[in-house]
Amino acid sequence: MLRPLEPVGQGAKVALGISFFVVFVAAWAFATLGGYVSKTFLADPITMLRDGWELLTRFGFAYDIAMTIWRVLGGFVIAAAVAVPLGILMGAYKPVEAFFEPFVSFARYLPASAFVPLLILWAGIGETQKLLVIFIGSVFQIVLMVAVAVGQTRRDLVEAAYTLGASPQGVVRRVLIPANAPEIAEILRLVLGWAWTYVIVAELIGSSSGIGHMIIDSQALLATGQMIFGIIVIGLIGLVSDFAFKAMNRWFFPWRLA
Amino acid sequence: MTGKLLVDGVSRVFPGVRGGAPTRALEPARLEVAENDFITILGPSGCGKSTLLRIVAGLDRPSAGRVLLDGRAVAGPGPDRGMVFQSYTLFPWLTVAENIAFGLREKGVPASQRRGTIGAYVEKVGLTGFENHYPKQLSGGMQQRTAIARAFANDPEILLLDEPFGALDNQTRALMQELLLGIWERERKTVLFVTHDIEEAIFLASRVVIMTARPGRIKADVPVDLPHPRDYRMKTSPHFSELKARLTEEIRVEAVRAAEAH
Repeated sequence: MLRPLEPVGQGAKVALGISFFVVFVAAWAFATLGGYVSKTFLADPITMLRDGWELLTRFGFAYDIAMTIWRVLGGFVIAAAVAVPLGILMGAYKPVEAFFEPFVSFARYLPASAFVPLLILWAGIGETQKLLVIFIGSVFQIVLMVAVAVGQTRRDLVEAAYTLGASPQGVVRRVLIPANAPEIAEILRLVLGWAWTYVIVAELIGSSSGIGHMIIDSQALLATGQMIFGIIVIGLIGLVSDFAFKAMNRWFFPWRLA
Repeated sequence: MTGKLLVDGVSRVFPGVRGGAPTRALEPARLEVAENDFITILGPSGCGKSTLLRIVAGLDRPSAGRVLLDGRAVAGPGPDRGMVFQSYTLFPWLTVAENIAFGLREKGVPASQRRGTIGAYVEKVGLTGFENHYPKQLSGGMQQRTAIARAFANDPEILLLDEPFGALDNQTRALMQELLLGIWERERKTVLFVTHDIEEAIFLASRVVIMTARPGRIKADVPVDLPHPRDYRMKTSPHFSELKARLTEEIRVEAVRAAEAH
């Protein structure tokens, strides 16, 4: 019988996780191979794999994947480099927060995708435009979330640091930053996931390479197998980067799990 | 006897919440602490004893009055007044050794010298072998022992302890009292220790200061003339029981008053 909040064993957990993928693909195969859905609208799994193989071997899809990854990482790294220090300053110093917070809260709701036409006007259809879309999509989110995390640092730890002789800057450097480092890493992991949706949007319009570009090209040819393959590749890369991020956090912050 | 610490007419009024009447947490209090004295402040919960300690630490500001340490007015928190809190305030990202060295690092003490101090205090609080553990891996008692070592290692002029053993079970608490007293008997620091536990107040102190129920006021100042070194057997001696009976009476009146006020 299922009991609420009862933990599940490691083996069972992995098996259950995999089995839903199996169920999903089986349902897909049943609908397409069984002839219930037209091939024009949805390719079957086997066609999808064959198309994917062809993309990789004959059409240089690996290059598109590499381009997309580089755009996501490039835009994301720039956004993080700006947003993390600003977020820490805002969380630590209330006047700085009062200065930036209203604007950042407003800017956060501006959809990055709506900027694509404008950014094409400003920056053309080169790499700068792609990076800017990701930058705009990520930077405000990171700033706000980091500021909130830092602002919620345990007060008693800050007080303890003061009674041990820490200066105000010392409190930022030796309490606020290390106390929130794991939280900040979690925020970056989360926002990186969102950055993936922005890059595809940026590549759908005015692009000559990348996974998004391939998907829009395939649409013109009604190659649903290729489109689905592209989408699945994005999902897989997301999964891998998520695992990498989690492993990195465990490595960097052993005190959290100790 | 020179006054190390002088609490001079310190009071604290917290502003009313949403138009309510302001709360008088602490009535003007005067307290003089001699060098190397161990003072316990005893009172029912909510009597403002923690507020008084936080004002001495510089973590809270008095509404009136001033605190003088060695004749200088206290303006904010500083390393000359070390503090041990009731909540576990070890830095979770630092090991036991790094926690103990926190203040020393802030002062710019070189690493080689820090190692010596860490080693000495790890041994004094009985945590040898746990230097590289993270706080999460320690029991509550071990965490508070580390916090005590961290405060002592910083070599403050006065040590402020705010019910440091309040969250511990009775047996651990008794051991911690002996440990703290043992360190004090050797190092002779000036200590201000807040508690609501009568036995703890007598066992540790050379003077027990009793506070009244809210608004907090210093009601009595009882010297404890039990000899040093003290150990747990003293808690059952006739003289100890006599003191305990007397303080119990004093504090009971306040507890009753506090209960009636709510």
